Amino acid sequence: MGMEGIGARVARKEDKRFITGGGRYVDDMVVPGMKHAAFVRSPYAHADIKKIDVKKAQGMPGVIGVLTGKELKADGIGNLICGWMIHSKDGSPMKMGAWSPLAVDRVRYVGDAVVIVVADTKGEARDAAEAVEITYKERKAVTDAAEALKSGAPQLHPEAEGNLIFDWEIGDAKATDEAIRQAAHVTRMSIVNNRLVPNAMEPRAALGHYDNGEDHFTCWTTSQNPHVARLVMSAFYNVAPENKLRVIAPDVGGGFGSKIFIYPEEIICLWASKRTGVPVKWVADRTESFLTDAHGRDHHTTVEMAFDKDNRITGFKVDTIANLGAYMSLFSSSVPTYLYATLLSGQYNIPAIHANVRTVYTNTAPVDAYRGAGRPEATYVVERTMETAARELGISPAELRRKNFITQFPHQTPVIMCYDAGDYSASLDAAMKAADYAGFAKRKAAAAKKGLLRGIGMSCYIEACGIAPSAAVGSLGAGVGLWESAEVRVNAVGTIEVLTGSHSHGQGHETTFAQLVSERFGLPIDQISIVHGDTDKVQMGMGTYGSRSGAVGMSAIVKALDKVEAKAKKIAAHLLEADEGDIVIENGALKVAGTDKNVPWFQMALASYTAHNLPGGMEPGLKETAFYDPTNFTFPAGCYICEVEVDPDTGKTQIVQFVAADDFGNIINPMIVEGQVHGGIAQGVGQALLEGAHYDAASGQLLTASFMDYTMPRADDLPSFQVSTSNTPCPGNPLGMKGCGEAGAIGSPPAVINAITDAIGNNKLTMPATPQTVWAAIQAKH
Amino acid sequence: MYSVNYHRASSVADAAKLLKSGDAKLLSGGMTLIPAMKTRLAAPSDLVDISRIAALAGVTVSGKTVTIGAATTHHDVATNAKLAKACPALTHLASHIGDPQVRHKGTIGGSIANNDPAADYPAAMLALDATIITNKRKVQASKFFTGLFETALKDGEIVTGVSFTAPAKAGYAKFPNPASRYAIAGVFAAKGKDGVRVAVTGAGENGVFRSKEMEAALAKKFEAPALDGIKLSASDMMGDLHASPEYRANLVAVMAKRAVAAANG
Repeated sequence: MGMEGIGARVARKEDKRFITGGGRYVDDMVVPGMKHAAFVRSPYAHADIKKIDVKKAQGMPGVIGVLTGKELKADGIGNLICGWMIHSKDGSPMKMGAWSPLAVDRVRYVGDAVVIVVADTKGEARDAAEAVEITYKERKAVTDAAEALKSGAPQLHPEAEGNLIFDWEIGDAKATDEAIRQAAHVTRMSIVNNRLVPNAMEPRAALGHYDNGEDHFTCWTTSQNPHVARLVMSAFYNVAPENKLRVIAPDVGGGFGSKIFIYPEEIICLWASKRTGVPVKWVADRTESFLTDAHGRDHHTTVEMAFDKDNRITGFKVDTIANLGAYMSLFSSSVPTYLYATLLSGQYNIPAIHANVRTVYTNTAPVDAYRGAGRPEATYVVERTMETAARELGISPAELRRKNFITQFPHQTPVIMCYDAGDYSASLDAAMKAADYAGFAKRKAAAAKKGLLRGIGMSCYIEACGIAPSAAVGSLGAGVGLWESAEVRVNAVGTIEVLTGSHSHGQGHETTFAQLVSERFGLPIDQISIVHGDTDKVQMGMGTYGSRSGAVGMSAIVKALDKVEAKAKKIAAHLLEADEGDIVIENGALKVAGTDKNVPWFQMALASYTAHNLPGGMEPGLKETAFYDPTNFTFPAGCYICEVEVDPDTGKTQIVQFVAADDFGNIINPMIVEGQVHGGIAQGVGQALLEGAHYDAASGQLLTASFMDYTMPRADDLPSFQVSTSNTPCPGNPLGMKGCGEAGAIGSPPAVINAITDAIGNNKLTMPATPQTVWAAIQAKH
Repeated sequence: MYSVNYHRASSVADAAKLLKSGDAKLLSGGMTLIPAMKTRLAAPSDLVDISRIAALAGVTVSGKTVTIGAATTHHDVATNAKLAKACPALTHLASHIGDPQVRHKGTIGGSIANNDPAADYPAAMLALDATIITNKRKVQASKFFTGLFETALKDGEIVTGVSFTAPAKAGYAKFPNPASRYAIAGVFAAKGKDGVRVAVTGAGENGVFRSKEMEAALAKKFEAPALDGIKLSASDMMGDLHASPEYRANLVAVMAKRAVAAANG
């Protein structure tokens, strides 16, 4: 390992500009003649649009255009799509309700976009938006998924009878039922996974610019995957053909999944730019973020877990209702199916599993992937059930888990996944040791003396990253491939640019990707630049989500580096009059092994471009491209242990210890990995203790539509985390990496809730476990 | 935010004059008004900024008499050494309002005049039997806070300061809303020369209120256990997402004990 190579704790290159305010975000972009947009949004959860009168708004100061859905449709702009086809168990395709970027005759959630106003200033656009007169006829709304399935519930889409999008299953129902019938013990639970608002620090934004002379569009947008945005906007929304549409995702201030999807606003800004003849910028305010960013989670689940007399799991039956909101967002259908039910085996050997999932339309914001996307929901279901089973069976939670751990790899679960490598006991042991699990009783007694209820809870999670291979996900309904691309350009003086299809919106790719190159050629990371986020610069790529950029994105770079290295060695061998097989690369030079003969890296690079003296038949230049399609998912896993103290008088929970023992395979930069785990746990603790999107059932209004009511985790809500990693390298990719971006958010919620329920002695507790909720659970016990 | 005319008042008299223009509103720290304007929920035609009037800022402690100017920031209240000796409960209260940014901008006068039912200062003013001083008169705190976001202030009247007699003992305990960190139950308990006063903020459905039952119990013995068994009626409490009336009633009882314990050091 060099000073800046693989495994080095290198400070993040990008942080200088982020910390000093030098980042360039969409709202920093200024184009000559640029104007500003405001959206008129539905104040109702469900209503028919009777009339839209824009006359008054059109006459307001500074107004350039006031455009409606009718005009959008007239220009042939398409409806939004869901890119993953799921079939119900009766074979019928999922029921996709029409989602027009601007609502035409009906609105289906509070915040649904109806009219765009373009004006000289943001203030004028807002003033004019207020002057748009829309006559609505209100309909009854339904916000809860289970309620929406009941007969007589308000109906959202004519395409989806009973609001049911699909009724899907996975696994073996018969075998699972039989296991439950023959069980020595069955643990039954009803589990809610609370709805969350992503709340990236940077709100969504779009700047659409139509160049009339060139007949070409440019879209700056807050995207995790600009190429996918371009593909979808071209192929489905008819904005422009791909060669006439450039999508740029510059610095993006956090995504957490919510910026994967293509939203109405970027499409509308592009279209409005052509319509009005001016570049159009829109930046969401925080209220718009709360109302219209795709929310996360929102599952209602019942489970039955069967055990034999030796406390071995024999079957697991899961029935889930997932709320997908008013419309199907881009990957919404994959989250409660292939990203959820395929992980229901957890870390355990379970011979029979069956899951049934019904997805439902409601008058709420669309729900899609949010950090973990399906895997936190699966982990919460499995790990709450395991902890509860241990209590019912009178066996320690650690022992019940250990007894059922998968220990042989590869392991084929009954729900598609084939786990390639892992050592679950190692993580459990490491976590229990770090947490001083054995000393808990003493700490509990000490807390009791202070009048506090102390509890301990664990969670042994597994997740799946780097969703792949493309052919497999295609057969499961994905509309895209899930490979990644890289181009490595060696410049004439030897410095390197890596063009990656991954996109960094906080992950630190500019550092870790450079470390990978530094390791290979012995160059300082300062001589290696990472280019991403611009469809004009970078070859087609799939972007960043699902913790895929290490395992998939960096593997593509490795493949391109292999090609560069091979050619570089050929050139060096020619220059040194040596055999190609004898050339080694060390500390920025290509050497003949075992001799002092060498050619510096920069000279080799220069030679490739001067082309004065290249091996016969070799093309000049040194630039290679690779596309990498993985052979399998990767399977990060670990054990989290949470210890809490609950004040019984107020119900306030304080997390007094949090231990994370993760297995991420090989690691490029331990500091960045720890940062990812810290952030993930903060979001997981947020879900467990603080965050919950709450709609008023009668009106469909979002009651938690600002930080005054929606509680984001703050520093004083969190303890100092104790994190460590173990390593079973992933055999499926050249770097042995697994992915670490989501683990914290996946593994932590059940650990927190298991700890609180242990403390208060009442297992009936829903997230978020706010002081009020915990206090009520304590009261209910008495 | 809608466009607005901004005026910086040079004196209280100047402010009173400026306040007559259009639909003018006073601006002090702006910690409530500015966010409301940014979300277009408030739309005054004119803002009269009184935060730079030197005569309105500062804390004076003269014997047992404490006077605090309306434009004194929470930070300046929280860190005033003389006040920390005379009435540490109040410096403690001020040190827990909002966050550092809020405490460096927000003012005691603004908080009192706004009378947010979850604000901290109204409980202190009521329990300390403070006098609210305006440019026209002096009003007892018990007559000043009249309801949710409502006060006895008349049109054109400007809070210029507060004064009170330092109590023998006082304590404040609050349970914050997890999201906003405003009080969902804040109790200020004070033992002064005229007896015990217990004021509750954040919980009452009509805003800040005194608990006569707790005061009677504490008058006998100013110690937390004196409050054992006192249960407040949930029917008088606010209820929202974060705290049901029942939970608030419980929290008021718990916070009252903690306030008394704090007062007894």
